[in-house]
Amino acid sequence: MKPMTRKNLVVWIALLPMAATVLLAYLGTMLWSARMSVSGSRTFPSYDFVGAAQYMRLFDNERWLLSLQNVALYGVLFIAACLVIGFLLAVFIDQKVMAEGVLRTVFLYPYAMSFVATGLIWQWMLNPELGIQQVLRQMGFANARFDWIVDQDMVIYTLVIATVWQASGLVMALLLSGLRGIDEELWKAARIDGIPRWRVYASIVLPMLGPSLSTAFVLLFVMVVKVFDAVVAMTQGGPGTASEVPAKFIMDYLFGRANVGLASAASIVLLATVLAIVAPLYFVRGRASRLKEA
Amino acid sequence: MNRATRDNGAARAAGALALALAAWTVAPAADAGPAGVLPSAPLKATVIHWWTSGGESAAIKQFADAYNQAGGLWVDNAIAGADQSRATTINRIIGGNAPTAAQFNTSKQFRDFVDEGLLNNVDDVAIANHWDQVMPASILDAIKFNGHFYAAPVNIHMPAWFFYSKSAYKKAGIEREPQSFDEFLDQLGKLRAAGLVPLAFGGQVWQEKIMFDAVFAMVGGRELYLKVYRDRDVKAVQSDAFKQVLLNFRKLKAYIDPGSPGRNWNDATAMVVSGRAGVQIMGDWAKGEFSAAKQVAGRDFGCFPGFGPDAPYIVAGDAFVFPKTDDANAMKAQKLLATVLTTPANQVAFSLRKGSIPIRTDVDDAGFDLCARLGIAIIKDKARQLPNPEMLTTPDVNGELQDVLTKFWNKNQPVDEAQKAFARVIKR
Repeated sequence: MKPMTRKNLVVWIALLPMAATVLLAYLGTMLWSARMSVSGSRTFPSYDFVGAAQYMRLFDNERWLLSLQNVALYGVLFIAACLVIGFLLAVFIDQKVMAEGVLRTVFLYPYAMSFVATGLIWQWMLNPELGIQQVLRQMGFANARFDWIVDQDMVIYTLVIATVWQASGLVMALLLSGLRGIDEELWKAARIDGIPRWRVYASIVLPMLGPSLSTAFVLLFVMVVKVFDAVVAMTQGGPGTASEVPAKFIMDYLFGRANVGLASAASIVLLATVLAIVAPLYFVRGRASRLKEA
Repeated sequence: MNRATRDNGAARAAGALALALAAWTVAPAADAGPAGVLPSAPLKATVIHWWTSGGESAAIKQFADAYNQAGGLWVDNAIAGADQSRATTINRIIGGNAPTAAQFNTSKQFRDFVDEGLLNNVDDVAIANHWDQVMPASILDAIKFNGHFYAAPVNIHMPAWFFYSKSAYKKAGIEREPQSFDEFLDQLGKLRAAGLVPLAFGGQVWQEKIMFDAVFAMVGGRELYLKVYRDRDVKAVQSDAFKQVLLNFRKLKAYIDPGSPGRNWNDATAMVVSGRAGVQIMGDWAKGEFSAAKQVAGRDFGCFPGFGPDAPYIVAGDAFVFPKTDDANAMKAQKLLATVLTTPANQVAFSLRKGSIPIRTDVDDAGFDLCARLGIAIIKDKARQLPNPEMLTTPDVNGELQDVLTKFWNKNQPVDEAQKAFARVIKR
């Protein structure tokens, strides 16, 4: 074991606030939520023990199950669309287009804005009596129909559209930096061999973008799990309960419905789901990089 | 979601820390100030409320001014959003820095506070001012537990008024206000025939609930309403009468426009104001939208609280609770506040701006508009008062009933299934 040098000590002291934050603010509150989830807490935290009663009630709750379904469907579509569009945008900008800086800013800009504000604008645009449908009708297309946001079965797709608009710029930025890291020589070699451009992208460049893609995936995944502002700003979970998501369920029960116990149980279920999906991913990534080093 | 909890937990911890710091830094400074040494220092009262819109803040200012004149010092803590405001109150009580008074709806929202022994009662003020005699029974039931008064009610809102556009009614050739639900449906049909949107409606869960409760009180009647909400009678929910209530509620769906899902209540009111829609079922706070458009009750728009002269009048409203404290000055401030909030003159000044009606039956109604005068007259009749569901059920149950109703309203769910779901929540 190495003796603790002075420099080391300074580093450790500098890390202390960070460590304390992680322990108290993250792990501590997580444990506290777990404790609350097995209590009968209503408005105020209480420390009684009701076993799995809150969990049973949770999985007996139609709206919670629907929220999980919704977020799963939303997540698959959102992540897939963001990755595809983000990749295409990155490839497009990588073609040494004119005004690259301007375009990059334009594509990334939605991500910089609060969705509470832009969500409202989306709501107006999608509203059949104010937005796109009305404009089309005034332009003479009397039968134009675009009323997804008030349609039980389609509303979830409007959330996908609006949030893909917001997040695909971020994916673009990540993948673009990956693309810029690819050696020019590779392109020259491919050109000499007469390989078509799309083929180079599909078979050579894309696999090399692996780390960037997995970073993008994790970021998008986190956005899916915590999706809340988009729903509140655009649909408030409606029409009916058609666009309810778990985060909104938790917030509703935490404050409006004064049921800390049930909200905590829902949080823990969500945390477990996230760990179940992200942990294997990290495990595989960790193994892959260890294999590479070996 | 782990993030929400984490944020909440972190926010609480951070909030408590910040408050502790604030208390530590502010307290010595206040003591050192000139006001601190004077024996007749004004009674400082920190008041948390969620009245932030134009009319609302004008209304609460009446109370603030009255309190300051009575020798107090009103420290205003307005927090936008009812949920957010209540969450702040809870966090501050847990964090040990409770406000002097905090707003809640006159409902079961603060019942947990009473059970946990976190509130001071205002029995002295209530008894000295004969609250038992001057306030409606349903309000008293909501603030009085085990013989103690735990809140000072400040207004009565009736959440299910019918507001109609006079010009729209004229255009549709309707001459009188409906006397029954069937006549109401008939009028909606006429409005549609005249090319108008018959029912202005915002498809958000709470607005759906308000409309349901209006239909419930009108069609189901007082007895069934109380059996379901107060007695939690599962048989009543399974009865044919309740089935009719649900079916009649959904009949209204034929008279709304396709753009209604997600619409805000005030946008729906604007449709009535402009005469594009015929009628809206909404709380009396909607009057603010009419007066902002310079419309006068009785001239440009009409209002009726239900069908016929015996229609039930649903009673809701706001109240201030007084978190527990041992500080003698704070307790004095709480009592002074409770007095100021419920004095007849202040009651009138407040409700005039808020659009509500006073909680006392012994006030002068001269300055009020037509609808409020109607309400003040009705509230004197005990048989017509009906407590808001939120006074009878916990926020938790009320919220789940919203979920049940929104499903029934928005999906073509068979009525039997909705009855079953309703009964399941009521039983809990």
